[in-house]
Amino acid sequence: MAAAAGVGGQALGRSSFSRAASSKTASSSSSPTASGVKLGPNGAAFVSSGIPDLDSILGGGFLLGSVVMVMEDSDAPHHLLLLRAFMAQGIVHKQPLLFAAPMKEPRTFLGALPAPVASSKEDVRQRAVMGSGDARASDEGLRIAWQYRKYFGDERTSSAEHRDNKQEFSNDFDLRKPLERHLLNAQHIECVSTQDAASLSDLQDRCSTFISRHPRKDGGNLNAGRIAIQSLCAPQCGYFGKDWDMVSFIRSLKAMVRASNAVAIITFPYTVLSDSFCKRWQHLADTLMSIKAIPDEDKDLAKLLTGYQDMVGFLHVHKVAQTNSQVPVILEASTFSLKLRKRRSLVLERLNQAPVDGSSGPSSGASGSCSSSAQSSQLDF
Amino acid sequence: MEGYGGGGDLLSEAMCSGARVVVVEDCVDAPGAFVLHLLLKRALAGGGGGGAALLALAQPFSHYDRVLRKMGCNLSVHRKSERLHFFDLQSFPGGTSGGGIADSLAQLYNGVRRAVEANMAKESDGRFTVMIDDVSLLEVAANGSADDVLDFLHYCVTLTSEMNCSLVVLVHEDIYSSEDGVGLLLHLRYIADLVIRAAPLSTGLAADVHGQLSVVNKGMMLSEQRLAKGQKVWNFHFKVKENGTEFFYPGSRH
Repeated sequence: MAAAAGVGGQALGRSSFSRAASSKTASSSSSPTASGVKLGPNGAAFVSSGIPDLDSILGGGFLLGSVVMVMEDSDAPHHLLLLRAFMAQGIVHKQPLLFAAPMKEPRTFLGALPAPVASSKEDVRQRAVMGSGDARASDEGLRIAWQYRKYFGDERTSSAEHRDNKQEFSNDFDLRKPLERHLLNAQHIECVSTQDAASLSDLQDRCSTFISRHPRKDGGNLNAGRIAIQSLCAPQCGYFGKDWDMVSFIRSLKAMVRASNAVAIITFPYTVLSDSFCKRWQHLADTLMSIKAIPDEDKDLAKLLTGYQDMVGFLHVHKVAQTNSQVPVILEASTFSLKLRKRRSLVLERLNQAPVDGSSGPSSGASGSCSSSAQSSQLDF
Repeated sequence: MEGYGGGGDLLSEAMCSGARVVVVEDCVDAPGAFVLHLLLKRALAGGGGGGAALLALAQPFSHYDRVLRKMGCNLSVHRKSERLHFFDLQSFPGGTSGGGIADSLAQLYNGVRRAVEANMAKESDGRFTVMIDDVSLLEVAANGSADDVLDFLHYCVTLTSEMNCSLVVLVHEDIYSSEDGVGLLLHLRYIADLVIRAAPLSTGLAADVHGQLSVVNKGMMLSEQRLAKGQKVWNFHFKVKENGTEFFYPGSRH
């Protein structure tokens, strides 16, 4: 029928389909689970990463029972943005949190957590319109010409508004506003310092007692725990250099998390690891991402990418966690730009290449021929 | 082809039936666990009474159960009827066993051996498969002692020659790409009759093709009548689906 109806019919059918899909996700998020846990296919349960865009890229969020690993940029602390969002989201949802970091007083880091934005209608609308072009339609099987993207605008706002009425699965965070004190004090938050720790056994014990409070339950009232470990293999840790200890710690953490209702996120400066151990770490990750800062004044990049001014870095998704399935998740794009919108909220967007002026790069040939043919057709008519 | 035949797909064509030691290599971008699922299903399929022992270090039983169920193979039933012996080694070697890693591995080997012997005692003509789902993790469990792991693997290889049994091993190839830790991979390749290597497409991400598989038959050199009809190296693409995997030659679709 789509072939007969042509492209317009396809777009219509497409939009009605995704409306049904979005209402389904909305209803599943409203099903009686604990706050901040969303159920997905294959018996999966998700918690939010604290960045709505990242949730939709990963197909719902961080999978309960998985280990998320983030490869840090060696020069810039952008991984902290992800950690902050993850921890703040957990606190907003009143989920217990275990935080380990190689600093003297890890609790001070909690003061840097961002506060959720009270989302106004206008903000939601704007973000929906802005986001309609990027990869957030993760279930998009068809590639639709850019003209039809405008049809998705209102539909997305409707789903976003829909989500607003419910208990929110993910919040937007304002990076300039600190999280309110009473939230931090009321919560069950544990902090562990890994600085000068001679071995990982202490951290492992803390993790196992933390996780033992969240046994795996299918259905029912899910209460998720969050574990955030910053810079696990940083040189200032006392156990630095004990490569095998660290790998077996991750392995046992993975086994513990798998059997529980918790998510662990580990960031690590991969450049201090040897190549083979870096690969071992990557294999141990269920979800693997790397983050990269971009230099301030890179003229070539600025020319190549639109919206370069707001970008702070790139996020590359290597692996997406899967439960009970052997099919790998193939994302439509794996590299995203990390932007600070209005200097406060974090958004991820697909890279948009700016039109090339036909003088540089290998792609200039193709785009050049494109434009010339367009010109000639203009002349023809 | 009694061991692995019947699929009619490229992989079973490429795998010669005499392969006793199969090494599956993968890397971060192209996980090779689906090959294990396929081989496990084939080992348990049919009424021939073949059996399997799965040494699971990477995933719990529930994961394998769900995945294989979608492929039409009920692991729970096989486990109950003792055709599948599942060793959950996620927390191997555990803190309680007093001895070193060598003792733990020796115990593990005894467990595997008992499973194989139990299968022999049933007088079934089917072949028994011993499968290790991640040797790299076995190395981690042994705290980096590759020698202990190799000892264990050699014992397992002796099982294949003594009893009618084959060994399937998954290893992450890219871990051993740097020169300092190449030992385990070289040994594995040496003892292998058949190497199946999963790699990502060199052209990058694709939704229709999940990667390429190359199958290298080493054991086939021994018998020349196979050399006549088969070939030594196969290369093809694969696409993993819930109920199986599609194999096809590059460019043969669409």
